[in-house]
Amino acid sequence: MMKRFVYINDDSSQNLYCDNRISNRKYTILNFLPKNLWEQFRRFMNQYFLLIACLQLWSLITPVNPASTWGPLIIIFAVSATKEAWDDYNRYLSDKQANEKEVWVVKDGIRKHIKAQDIHVGNIVWLRENDEVPCDLVLIGTSEPQGICYVETAALDGETDLKTRVLPSSCIGLTPEQLHKIKGVIECPNPDKDIRRFDSNMRLFPPFIDNDLCPLTIDNTLLQSCYLRNTEWACGVAVYTGNETKLGMSRGVPEPKLTAVDAMIDKLTGAIFLFQIVVVIVLGFAGNIWKDTEARKQWYAQYPEDGPWYELLVIPLRFELLCSIMIPISLKVSLDLVKSIYAKFIDWDEEMYDHETMTAPHAANTAISEDLGQVEYILTDKTGTLTENKMSFRRCCINGTFYGNESGDALKDVELLNAVINNVPDVIRFLTIMTICNTVVPVRSMSGNILYKAQSQDEDALVNAAARLHMVLISKNGNSLEINFNGKLIHYEILDTLEFTSERKRMSVVVKDSEDGKILLLSKGADEAILPLSYAGQQIRPFVDAVDQYAQLGLRTLCLGWRELKDDEYKDWSQAFKEARSTLVNREWKLDEVCQRLEHDLEVIGVTAVEDQLQDGVPETIETLRKAGINFWMLTGDKQKTAIQIALLCNFISSEPRGQLLFINGKTEDEVLRSLERVLLTMKITSSEPKDLAFVVDGWALEIILKQYRSVFTELAILSRTAICCRVTPSQKAQLVELLKSCDYRTLAIGDGGNDVRMIQNADIGVGISGREGLQAARAADYSIGKFRFLKRLILVHGRYSYNRTAFLSQYSFYKSLLICFIQIFFSFFSGVSGTSLFNSISLMAYNVFYTSVPVLTVVLDKDLTEKTVMQNPQILFYCQAGRLLNPSTFAGWFGRSLYHALVVFLITVHAYADEKSEMEQLSMVALSGCIWLQAFVVTIEMNSFTIFHHLAIWGNLLCFYGLNLMISAIPSAGLYTIMFRLCRQPSYWITLFLITVVGMGPVLALKYFRYTYRSSAINILQQAERSRVATFSIRDLDSQLKSIEKDVGSLASRNKFKSSVYEPLITDSPTATRRAVGPSAFDFLQPAQSRDDQNAGLLEIVCMLTE
Amino acid sequence: MQNANGSTAGSSSASGEASAPLRNSKRPKYSRFTQQELPACKPILTPRWVISVFTLIGIIFVPIGLAALAASNKVVEIVYRYDDDCVPPNMVNMKVAYIQNDTIDKTCTKTLKVPKHMSQPIYVYYQLDNFYQNHRRYVKSRNDAQLRKASEANETSGCDPERTANGAPIVPCGLIAWSLFNDTYSFAIRNRNLTVNKKDISWKSDRDHKFGKDVYPRNFQNSTLRGGAKLNLTKPLSEQEDLIVWMRTAALPTFRKLYGRIEQDLVINDAITVQLQNNYNTYSFSGKKTLVLSTSSWIGGKNDFLGIAYLTVGGLCFFLAVAFTIVYLVKPRKLGDPSYLSWNRNPAGH
Repeated sequence: MMKRFVYINDDSSQNLYCDNRISNRKYTILNFLPKNLWEQFRRFMNQYFLLIACLQLWSLITPVNPASTWGPLIIIFAVSATKEAWDDYNRYLSDKQANEKEVWVVKDGIRKHIKAQDIHVGNIVWLRENDEVPCDLVLIGTSEPQGICYVETAALDGETDLKTRVLPSSCIGLTPEQLHKIKGVIECPNPDKDIRRFDSNMRLFPPFIDNDLCPLTIDNTLLQSCYLRNTEWACGVAVYTGNETKLGMSRGVPEPKLTAVDAMIDKLTGAIFLFQIVVVIVLGFAGNIWKDTEARKQWYAQYPEDGPWYELLVIPLRFELLCSIMIPISLKVSLDLVKSIYAKFIDWDEEMYDHETMTAPHAANTAISEDLGQVEYILTDKTGTLTENKMSFRRCCINGTFYGNESGDALKDVELLNAVINNVPDVIRFLTIMTICNTVVPVRSMSGNILYKAQSQDEDALVNAAARLHMVLISKNGNSLEINFNGKLIHYEILDTLEFTSERKRMSVVVKDSEDGKILLLSKGADEAILPLSYAGQQIRPFVDAVDQYAQLGLRTLCLGWRELKDDEYKDWSQAFKEARSTLVNREWKLDEVCQRLEHDLEVIGVTAVEDQLQDGVPETIETLRKAGINFWMLTGDKQKTAIQIALLCNFISSEPRGQLLFINGKTEDEVLRSLERVLLTMKITSSEPKDLAFVVDGWALEIILKQYRSVFTELAILSRTAICCRVTPSQKAQLVELLKSCDYRTLAIGDGGNDVRMIQNADIGVGISGREGLQAARAADYSIGKFRFLKRLILVHGRYSYNRTAFLSQYSFYKSLLICFIQIFFSFFSGVSGTSLFNSISLMAYNVFYTSVPVLTVVLDKDLTEKTVMQNPQILFYCQAGRLLNPSTFAGWFGRSLYHALVVFLITVHAYADEKSEMEQLSMVALSGCIWLQAFVVTIEMNSFTIFHHLAIWGNLLCFYGLNLMISAIPSAGLYTIMFRLCRQPSYWITLFLITVVGMGPVLALKYFRYTYRSSAINILQQAERSRVATFSIRDLDSQLKSIEKDVGSLASRNKFKSSVYEPLITDSPTATRRAVGPSAFDFLQPAQSRDDQNAGLLEIVCMLTE
Repeated sequence: MQNANGSTAGSSSASGEASAPLRNSKRPKYSRFTQQELPACKPILTPRWVISVFTLIGIIFVPIGLAALAASNKVVEIVYRYDDDCVPPNMVNMKVAYIQNDTIDKTCTKTLKVPKHMSQPIYVYYQLDNFYQNHRRYVKSRNDAQLRKASEANETSGCDPERTANGAPIVPCGLIAWSLFNDTYSFAIRNRNLTVNKKDISWKSDRDHKFGKDVYPRNFQNSTLRGGAKLNLTKPLSEQEDLIVWMRTAALPTFRKLYGRIEQDLVINDAITVQLQNNYNTYSFSGKKTLVLSTSSWIGGKNDFLGIAYLTVGGLCFFLAVAFTIVYLVKPRKLGDPSYLSWNRNPAGH
């Protein structure tokens, strides 16, 4: 492994590494143009347009002025380059501000003020309270006598609570003067981006001899961009500087996500490209034949007998250039523009503003709004996402005695209060573990109250509960800890903390009671992580029962245990622990192993149960989204039973007999496989029944499945609309997302905590809830919202509108380009297949860039249905999910329309403007006017709602067309001179245009009307309903009608390739089963459907049990 | 995305605010635009609306069609194709040789009969068929700058292959000018000459701005390959109206160009004697040459297309309106009935 050795305060070695100049810039002034151009030209579309533009420079083949392509191309490039430059300039300014900030650094034993950018590795940097940390430091001194300091890491990981950072043991007690002269070496890994790990060692040189290698962890560091809080001063050694800091390393450009719509547009572009090639080859061939047979006879063309070698290519290349407009150059720009507006609409949405936490929704990724409308699978975290992550201590079981069962709140349980007053030893021990075994930091506020800063909401709940039971954690300073129990102060010394990891699923502390000097190991953790560690002979049955009972109520449980350690046992272990902590390789794994050596033979003492309330509106949101045909998977680190209960509560699954849960479990590979196959079989058999099937799998089985039986599991995943995966690790979450993505489903992952980050980043769409666990998830996500219930609006309103709008915009862009291209092609048959352009360069350019691009942009305000209607009829989302509005067949419709319109424009023009009127400029202007009129009406007929902007853009654009052309017609040197004036004075011009419009739009209108009325899509029906609602029947009327039918609705599930044709409500535990000790056998697989009353009763009973 | 904020984090505000950037996000400002709630009208295609639109279009179209047709019918046209007729019978099989032989006299005299009273002005056009003035090689072969200004006489770019002759630039250069139409017509009625006014046959804008008053033809038709007409070297281009007309290229292979105007009425059954100089070679590409005498109306020359198209479309609109009405009456359908929704139609349960 690569290491770096940092010599503290040694000027000779400091130039080995970069200085602390932060640079987030992508470009410099010199490399901006080439680099930016290079990046832009990596896109295929741009390469294509550049090729076309270059070909146009060859005057022999260009049908139009090269400006008609170069103009838009340069505009497009200039726009994106300017945007990049502006962003980069802002980054430069902020870098500069950070780089020039003054900091205190020790030079030659004296503290000096230097600019932050001049810090070198090995320098000692002094910070004051509220200073920002300029680079990654190893803490070597603080003002606090206990050798700690507090930092806020919000800018790094989004967690807003204060974290404690401690001095390395060898630096404790050094005075500021000594710190000025300190020398030593820090051995640390090369820079990486892991902000949770810093596995290194420090050795101080004489006179600070402490021959031991002193291990360093992330707790000994101050990382760049954190703030020093509640600490007068601190100083540290710079170990990573500039862009090599943890923060700098974790910067990076994330892979851009491609939406399904984008992929479809790319596919269609490819198809059009092929079509273009075919047209070019056919016309080029025809042109060459015509030239050889006919053109040579046309003496006035003076075709030479022998052309140059490339002569055969000339005509095909001309047609390539003529047809190049088939692929609309403005598409990319228009799409980028509307996409950023969609994102803005999300940011601006008042109804998604969370008043409670003052959080506004935010679209960090502006490019994927359409995908929201096409979501098929939602993978959701449980804690903090579905629930509030606001924990409250509800019940506990201490050595077999249940507290809080009657009142539902153990804190009010008189028995428990009495037990505390009577100093029942087990209860005291229990409270002690609750108070000590955690990472909570007590902070004394101004008013003297003690506030707890906790990273885990569970720990926060436990410490607060203990405080209510008179065991108050007063202070935690470095290794010493103070507790006030019933007015009596108790001191403990924390010897070691065995941290929580998601693999271990438990944490322990080793403390020394200051009174009697006893060394205690206190542990808390998940039941399966603690109960197996109980000493031989302990009855763990009561605890298992308690855990079961609590889990069925949807409570989160933790088991507490302890053990007294003998002095020598601790000493031996402590040595090993220290060694493990100072290893540089595989530290985590080694620590695990060492921890296991201590954590055994525990006396399990009790179980705590903490309630996490559901967020507002979660059941409704899930119900609505499920109706919209979206499948839900719940991925949680929580216990199976807790997960199931929460799932029941929030409509995730339904109770028996409407729903049924299928469990996949087993300890060995064979068991898991058998279980998996059984579930799959059941799934297949029942797929025709109106049952809601859900499978439940736990992390252990999932691990085996993902390794060995992926294909079987994939089959199952496709069949099942609901799944609950419990006890899964972050990486398993991400793997599940990958699995669904590999089946070509659009996935949305939503979560709130750091453990969801990988899943959020892997999913097609990541949604983060800016919750109590910090902002890590929200940062990593494409969208961040304040509450789960906003997801409904995000998908149904924003996603759906975005999809509809983009579908129209993209197809329309192709339509208008094809329209003008087809006219050019038709004209070529009238011009000796020689590749003459009917339209002049200015018209062509303006047609693409202004006339047809501006009106259609109003599509960003188009709403086919009101938000309310969509919310009431979520099934309508099916049109987006199935891609009904943008697919090859709708595209074929637009293609046909452009062909038809081109025929109409061309044939009417050449017949109306025949003989003496067939002057080139006039005829081309008539045809162009025809196109402009048609496109105005096409936009009109395809829009669903008209605001003032629509009228302005559509009709204003038409006026602009005339204004602009009249202006050009007034310039004597222009080719168009007087043409437009002449035309506007001719009655036949207006008559021709009127004819073109009616012939072009008549059939479109008739067809649309017919389909709208007699072959109505669901969208049409709802549009009609919206209108007639106002006129005839009240909303209530319709709603009730809708609802009554929807109750047993068959859904659109049939659309999905593999899915059964009916919507299957979900079932789970029958009322009796919930009370039994639950195993898979308790769930009858094929229970006959019962009457509705029974189901309701069953569900009611469960709900009652949960709320009692 | 992880580091969406990372780039600014290095320098995030020094004020030491405890809250992270996202939490600072301000409450969205309410406006009807940002909330996508702009007042909008949402027209839907009701039967009544659609049927009335089609009826209305029919009502508008039929009269316009009738008027256009009437106007077109009022136009009197004498169309006479002479390219075949003017070839002497002994050369019918060698037309190209005939036309290229300068020694043969190309005069050709024919008589036309006036079918209807024609009131002045009567436009004289020549019509060419199968002549590709819009051919890519041809249409670009000109230089507008040279035509406009005497000082730009050397500006012959784009004029290939008629740029220079004998080492000097051609004015006007290019294939279009080179191939200038050179048939001439003179008319007589009852042995009295009919004057053909050849003034103002071109666009005034072209004479004033596109063809210079000080630009004189130079070196024109001097190369070995003779094209069409020669120009009067003493007249500036702005007065060479035949050239100006010819250089307004036609977009279609069949086109008429104005030759002149007869400014007197022609009476029915008058016999017009036309003396043609059949010089222009259309035989090599089997093009037709036609002489057209025509009056005009408000929609231009004789062209039935617009009238017929309007009547047809108007009729179709009426037909559609009636058809939709019948369908609507026979098979009424309640708009917006939720029971049509597919998810409501599935039988309860399955």
